[in-house]
Amino acid sequence: MSASASVPMPQAMTYREACKQAIRAAIIADPRVFLMGEDVARYGGCYAVTKGLAGELGEERIRDTPLSEVGFVGAGIGAAIAGMRPIIEIMTVNFSLLALDQIVNNAATIAHMSGGQFAVPLVISMSTGAGRQLAAQHSHSLEGWYAHIPGLKVLAPATVEDARHMLQPALDDPNPVLIFEHVMLYNREDVLDPNVTEVDIVSAKIRRPGRDITLVTYGGSLFKTLEAATALQQDGIEAEVIDLRVLRPLDMATVIASVARTRRLVIVDEGWKSGSLSAEIATRVVEEAFFELDAPIRRVCAREVPIPYAAHLEQAALPQTAAIVAAARGLVRGA
Amino acid sequence: MTEKVHLDHAHGRSLLTSMLRIRRFEEKCFELYQSEKIRGFMHLYDGEEAVSVGIIAALRPEDAIVATYREHGQALARGIGMDALMAELYGKQQGCCRGRGGSMHVFSRAARFYGGNAIVAGGLPLAVGIAMGDKMQGRNAVTACFFGDGAVDEGAFHESMNLASLWNLPVLFVCENNLYAMGMALERAEAETDIARKAAGYRVASEAVDGMNVVAAEVAARRAIAQIRETGKPFLLECRTYRFRAHSMFDAQLYRSKEEIETWRKKDPVQQLQSWLQQAGLLHADEIARIEADIAAEIDAAVAFAEAGTWEPVEDLERFTLMDKVPQ
Repeated sequence: MSASASVPMPQAMTYREACKQAIRAAIIADPRVFLMGEDVARYGGCYAVTKGLAGELGEERIRDTPLSEVGFVGAGIGAAIAGMRPIIEIMTVNFSLLALDQIVNNAATIAHMSGGQFAVPLVISMSTGAGRQLAAQHSHSLEGWYAHIPGLKVLAPATVEDARHMLQPALDDPNPVLIFEHVMLYNREDVLDPNVTEVDIVSAKIRRPGRDITLVTYGGSLFKTLEAATALQQDGIEAEVIDLRVLRPLDMATVIASVARTRRLVIVDEGWKSGSLSAEIATRVVEEAFFELDAPIRRVCAREVPIPYAAHLEQAALPQTAAIVAAARGLVRGA
Repeated sequence: MTEKVHLDHAHGRSLLTSMLRIRRFEEKCFELYQSEKIRGFMHLYDGEEAVSVGIIAALRPEDAIVATYREHGQALARGIGMDALMAELYGKQQGCCRGRGGSMHVFSRAARFYGGNAIVAGGLPLAVGIAMGDKMQGRNAVTACFFGDGAVDEGAFHESMNLASLWNLPVLFVCENNLYAMGMALERAEAETDIARKAAGYRVASEAVDGMNVVAAEVAARRAIAQIRETGKPFLLECRTYRFRAHSMFDAQLYRSKEEIETWRKKDPVQQLQSWLQQAGLLHADEIARIEADIAAEIDAAVAFAEAGTWEPVEDLERFTLMDKVPQ
C-alpha cells in the first residue's frame, strides 16, 4: 500500500459545510441523536447548515418545529432526560431569549436540584453576532450571558476545524452544551486537516504565538484579531492570539500563562463591556496574575448601543481590526 | 380499552389511605414549618389530594410524572418514600435530592418523577420532551404532566399543547384548577375560564372532572390514559379543585373570602370518600382508626429519620452542577 493512498487529502470547506458534516456524522453514528429547530428540514436551515439533511436522514431526525422556542427547547431537555441526545437548533441567539427560562431554569439546574439523579445531555446550537445589517433585534452577542450560568457549558467554534469537530464531544458530554456560531463565519473557508479527527471542548488555543502582547478573543472576532496581529508585526510587535473556544468553563490557565510571558493583555469581544465576559476575563487576570502585568488591561468590545442597521453605524459599533491594533500598540509603546 | 374502577374494600381503602397520608403528612409539615425545621417556600396541597391520588392510581410504573412546586401529594402518591421526602424538606443529605431541591423540587429516578418545577408552566415543555423521548425509543409510556390554572396563562402551556398534538405524543395534561394562581382569580386572568375547552384549539381531547372526588378523578384518568395509549395522542384533563390553605406559608389570603373557603371545605375529598365508604359499609370506623394510626406512625418515623439525617458536607457544595456521566 502506498503512503499516498492511506493519507486522506486535505479538504477545503466552508464553516457551514463543516457544521453540516458534524451534524450528519453525529446522527449517523448514534440512533439517539436528532436535530430539531425552526426551518431546519424543508427550508434547509436559516443559514443553510442543514440543507439536504432531512432528505438524507429523514424528518424524524431533522425535525422542523413550529415557532415555539420555549416549547421545543423544553422538549429537547425532556427528551435528553428521557435518554435521547438531541441537538436543538435555535435559529439565532436573539430568539433564544424566548427560551431563556427553559435553558436557565431547567437545563442548567435539573442535575443539581435532583441531587445528581438526572443529567441533561443536550446540545443547543445557535448563530450569534452582528455584521449583516440586521439591526438591533438580530445582532446580539449574548453568549457571555450564558457563560454566567453554572450548569451550562458554552462553546464558540471560530475555525472550520472546530466547527467540524466540537459537536461530537459536546454530544458526548453529560451536560447541556451551548454552541455559538458567529453569523459572519458560515462562508469562511479553510483547509480541513484530515489527520485531525477530534478536538477537545476544554482548552483555549494559541492561534498565533507572540512575545509582546496577548490578544484574547473568540468566535467572530478571532479573524479580526489575527489581522490585527499581522498589522502589529509590521510595527515589530509580536502579538500572541488566544482563541478561547470554550467560554464556560474558561481555560484561564492558558490565558494566564500567556500573560505571564507577554505581560500585556487586550481582550476582544463583540459583546458589550458592562457585566461581560471580557470583564470576567480581565478580573480573573487581575485576581490571579496582577503582578505579571506591566500595563493596564485594555478591552475592545461593542459600543454600548443596540446594534444599528446602517452599515457605517453598525461597523462603528463593533470591534474592528484598527481598534485592536491601536489598543495593542498603545500598551506596548506606552501611548 | 378502558380499565374499570372497582370500588371494593381494598381499592376504597387504598384511595383513602393514599389521600390521608398526604393530608396528615402535610399537617405535620405545617407544624414543622412553624417550628422552623422546614424553611424556604412550601405550598400545601390540602383540599386537592383527590387529583394526584386519582390520577396516579391510573398510571403504570413505566409512566413518567412531571409536577409543580405543590407536589408533595404527587410524590407520596407515586411512592416516593415519606422518609426521603421529609428528609428533603429538612434539607438533609438523606433527602430524595440530597437537600438540594427542597419542597419545590422533588425528583426520583426510580419513580420516573421529573420534579417539582417552581416556574409556572416550566414543566409542560419538559413533559412534551419526555413523552417524545419515550416514543422515539419505542417505550409504551405516558407522561402525566400536572400544572395549575395559572400555567394556562403562560405561553408554554399553549406551545406544549400544540407540540404534543402536532407530534402525536402520549402526554396526559392534568390541570389542577384550584381557581387561583397564587392570588389571581381565574376569571380575572383568563378570557375563557373553561380550561378544558381550550384544548379544542389544539385538537386535543379533553374533559373536565370534579377534582374533589377521587373516584371521578381516577375514572376520568383511566379513560383518558386508555385513549392516549390507543391513539398515541395527548389528552387534557381539567380537575376542578380547591386549596383550603394559603398559597404558601406567606399568604394572608386577602383575595378570597372565608365563606368561599368554608363552602369548598364541605366538599373535602378525604371526608367525602371516607363518609361514602362508611355509608356503603366498605370501611368501618375501627379500620379507619387503624389506618390513621399507621399513618401517624409512618409520619413519626419520617420525622425521626429526617431529624437523624445528616448535612451534606459543604465541601460537596458544587457537586452535580456539572455531571461526570449520565446516570443510568
